[in-house]
Amino acid sequence: MASNQYQERSTVIRIIFITIGVIFIVRLAFLQIFDSKYRDLADQQALRNVTQYPARGLIYDRNGDLLVYNEAVYDLMVIPRMVKNLDTAFFCKTMGISLDDFNSRMDKARHYSPYSASIFMKQISKEEYGSWQNQLYKFHGFYVQQRTLRVYDKPIAAHVLGYVGEVDDRDIAADSYYHQGDYIGKSGLEQSYETVLRGIKGKKIMHVDVHNREIGPYRNGANDTTAVEGGNLYTTIDAKLQEYAEDLMANKRGCIVAIEPSTGEILAMASAPSYDPNLLVGRVRGENYLTLLQDISKPLFNRALQAQYPPGSIFKVAQAMTALNLGVISPSQGFPCDKSLVGCHNHPSARSVQEAIKMSCNPYFYYTYRRIIQQGKFKSIYKDSPYGLNVWNDYMHRFGFGIRLPIDLPNVKEGRIPDTAYYNKKYGSGKWAFSTIYSNSIGQGEVEVVPIQMANLACIVANRGYYYTPHIVRYYGPDSTRNEEFYTKHETGINPSYFEIAAKGMYDVVHVGGGTARRANIPDIDICGKTGTAQNSGDDHSVFIAFAPKDNPKIAVAVYVENARGGGGYWAAPIASLVIEKYIRGEVTRTDFEKMYHDATPCQKLPLPKKTKTKK
Amino acid sequence: MNENKIDWVTILLYVIILAFGWLNIYAACYDETHAAVFDFSTKHGKQLIWIAVSFVIAFVIALTDSRVFSSMAYLIYLFVLVLLVITLFVASVTKGGQSWIDFGSFKFQPSEFAKFATALALAKYMSTPDLDYNLLRTKMIAFSIILVSALLILLQHDTGSALVFAGFLLPMFREGMSAKILLFGLIAAVLFVLALLLDQYIYVIIGVLAAITLFYLFVWLNKRTRKHYMWAIGLFLAASLFTMSVDILFEKVLEPHQRDRIYVLLGKTEDTHKTGYNVHQSKIAIGSGELTGKGFLGGTITKADFVPEQETDFIFCTVGEEWGFVGATVVIVVYICLLLRLVKLAERQYSRFSRFYGYSVASILFVHVCINIGMVLGLLPVIGIPLPFFSYGGSSLMAFTILLFIFLRQDQERGKTI
Repeated sequence: MASNQYQERSTVIRIIFITIGVIFIVRLAFLQIFDSKYRDLADQQALRNVTQYPARGLIYDRNGDLLVYNEAVYDLMVIPRMVKNLDTAFFCKTMGISLDDFNSRMDKARHYSPYSASIFMKQISKEEYGSWQNQLYKFHGFYVQQRTLRVYDKPIAAHVLGYVGEVDDRDIAADSYYHQGDYIGKSGLEQSYETVLRGIKGKKIMHVDVHNREIGPYRNGANDTTAVEGGNLYTTIDAKLQEYAEDLMANKRGCIVAIEPSTGEILAMASAPSYDPNLLVGRVRGENYLTLLQDISKPLFNRALQAQYPPGSIFKVAQAMTALNLGVISPSQGFPCDKSLVGCHNHPSARSVQEAIKMSCNPYFYYTYRRIIQQGKFKSIYKDSPYGLNVWNDYMHRFGFGIRLPIDLPNVKEGRIPDTAYYNKKYGSGKWAFSTIYSNSIGQGEVEVVPIQMANLACIVANRGYYYTPHIVRYYGPDSTRNEEFYTKHETGINPSYFEIAAKGMYDVVHVGGGTARRANIPDIDICGKTGTAQNSGDDHSVFIAFAPKDNPKIAVAVYVENARGGGGYWAAPIASLVIEKYIRGEVTRTDFEKMYHDATPCQKLPLPKKTKTKK
Repeated sequence: MNENKIDWVTILLYVIILAFGWLNIYAACYDETHAAVFDFSTKHGKQLIWIAVSFVIAFVIALTDSRVFSSMAYLIYLFVLVLLVITLFVASVTKGGQSWIDFGSFKFQPSEFAKFATALALAKYMSTPDLDYNLLRTKMIAFSIILVSALLILLQHDTGSALVFAGFLLPMFREGMSAKILLFGLIAAVLFVLALLLDQYIYVIIGVLAAITLFYLFVWLNKRTRKHYMWAIGLFLAASLFTMSVDILFEKVLEPHQRDRIYVLLGKTEDTHKTGYNVHQSKIAIGSGELTGKGFLGGTITKADFVPEQETDFIFCTVGEEWGFVGATVVIVVYICLLLRLVKLAERQYSRFSRFYGYSVASILFVHVCINIGMVLGLLPVIGIPLPFFSYGGSSLMAFTILLFIFLRQDQERGKTI
């Protein structure tokens, strides 16, 4: 029997065993329960969130023709921390980049985050990707993500469609949807319908191994979400008319806006000079954008919505309607053509409102405007004029002037209808009266109007007193969503019979001897129009608004040609008539006439746009 | 008296560890194209073979007369020593060590078998009738038995396995060796770590040591004899000398990778890529398991080869990741239960041989569990030794099975007189 004198020592040994066990369990608790950083670290290195980018919504014209669609491109992504044993020389050769380029791209990616993915090379074409797709596995830490780019079959409607660009820091801060490298609509429809077009991003969580190879979907895709495609836009634009209008304006400066009066649907909106929307797509975008931005002819500027011009004589139509409705003149009111008040061309004195519109008599509207502004409610003209101006302001707003029409495009200007506050600031309260502001009567002076508002005036006359807010999109998305604002009638509150007089006057402008726009005459189409010649610091601008046919009008047009000598009847009116004929007849029969105005360059020599790179 | 049953509690714990170990090897090596359990081209398939072989070995041992082991103890020890020497010359280099002998496609690691052989020899020597433990000669021989095998293994650059032999201090302590050796060992370890951590303040450590010595001599001590003074001053000088020579020991004795591992553990070097990579990944795997784990085959880190030596030395991270705190705690508790059970069995032995051997088994398993799990949890430097019955590997599983079942057989036949 062995001696057992040290048996109590077995307790010491037991305690040692238990102590170590307890130490381990406490350590486990710290690692697994009290410290949550390990879970994040694990997810960071073993899971890869692959964003599923939805295809951006398509944009159709009013006849169902595609204006914008997408093509697939690829972004080469890098997770700098995962890049190991890279044969840099081979990589650079495969990707076709220099070593310096490689280093700067890697530095940029590392600077963003060594642990998460950033774009190493963007918008690689399908062909280019295909050429090294089978080499990709050699480059640990790199993978490819599919994206889409916009494609435009016809280089038209650049200002309407707008363009898509990479998000900036402000976009990311404003909306959590966006992450670095994402795209966002930067102008035009792309901007105003961004939330419709972008769709909903999906997320695929991939399980990757230590070599950054994808092992498979994490939890068999239980946490994945699928991308929802962007909604399509069904626009009111008539692609053929749009193309025709842009073609007519190609060598001019100005714009054309055509609207369907019965609905407010914009049929065409051309602003010249313009640009090929394909220039602002893909890797050439940045460089081309800078070139376009620096171009002094401002091709990125959408004159139809953003230019604020003196309207010239077209403004007289609104004055006549206002005066008639106020009862300060009657339809058979005559005024002498007294050139001592305000300059005019040679014509007999107008004996009625209809004649005044036809001949565009400046003194006539001087008198008319005086009756609106100085209604005799107060003895002092310094009190009477502000009263009249307030009334006039209200009427002008009803015509859509001086307010921002809620069109579904961004950056719409409101123009300017001067009010009492404006003049009080300019001249001092009680220091101005009709005699100070009479230039407004003929669309000069302080009045400024945006071309879309001019086209809207044509719509109001065409409709004999009301308009629908001009708009580009009829409906959008899978549920054909409509914007109710565009289906709401805006009444001017003016008696329709007065508009009948305006329509007749505008008919005479084109059809009757002494009218100012006989050149706009189209056989078989009853076109009604009003010319304008807007004075400014350079050569006069040529302005024309029109609608046709006279009864049950199908189209209303505003044409504004900058610095075109000879007045509204010489340049804007014929161009408007060509647009109207093209829309109503589907083709233009007056081919010689068409060629003349197509080829003519009314303005002083335009600075030609600098050479831009074409898309690869 | 020889009608005892074999201890089924121990066998049950053994089988639980084996089964759960295999499940985690299966998970660690999981690959959808080789998911079949009996696919013997895979590691989990091979481990099944090793388990079967181990059962056969266990069965054979259970049929053997337990007296064979004590009578053959020195012979087995000598045989293994010869194998270790042979290994030094014919070994193939694996993972920086030279501890494997190739038999065709089968690799064999003699150092695993040195553990039970040494245990048998030491138990045999310690149970020599009328052995006087207090003689220096006895101590020399006992330590020689341990150190010869340990040194031969150290020559194979298998530091981990050599370290396991420190475990024999526990059975020797149980049999009456002075506790001072354990205490000195502990103090030396603390001083070693402190000296490395505070290398610029070594004199502060020595100052503190001096203060403790003075405090001991003039405050605690009642009887101040000359002998006490000599001891205290001698100890103080030895400790100071040790502390000052730590950096020399560190530089000259340890290999560079071992120094790096210790520095990483002590946090002197921040490194999650090279030396610290394994432990960093291991902590991520375990830590990300959280309370209940990611589920069987659900580990994202272990499934993706982030942790090297996943199925062998680092198998415990699979447990931590897939079974969470709950599963990992259960494994630790089962191991502690096994160790306590072995102590209980050892204490009921009638012979000093089988008691010593029983404590040796418990201690060897303990050192393995301690170093392995300590390393995986980032508490100890990286030392590659397997988790007993759990890690993938034929040699270690068979050696541990032999180690354990020799003792269970002795326990069953504890009534037989030697």
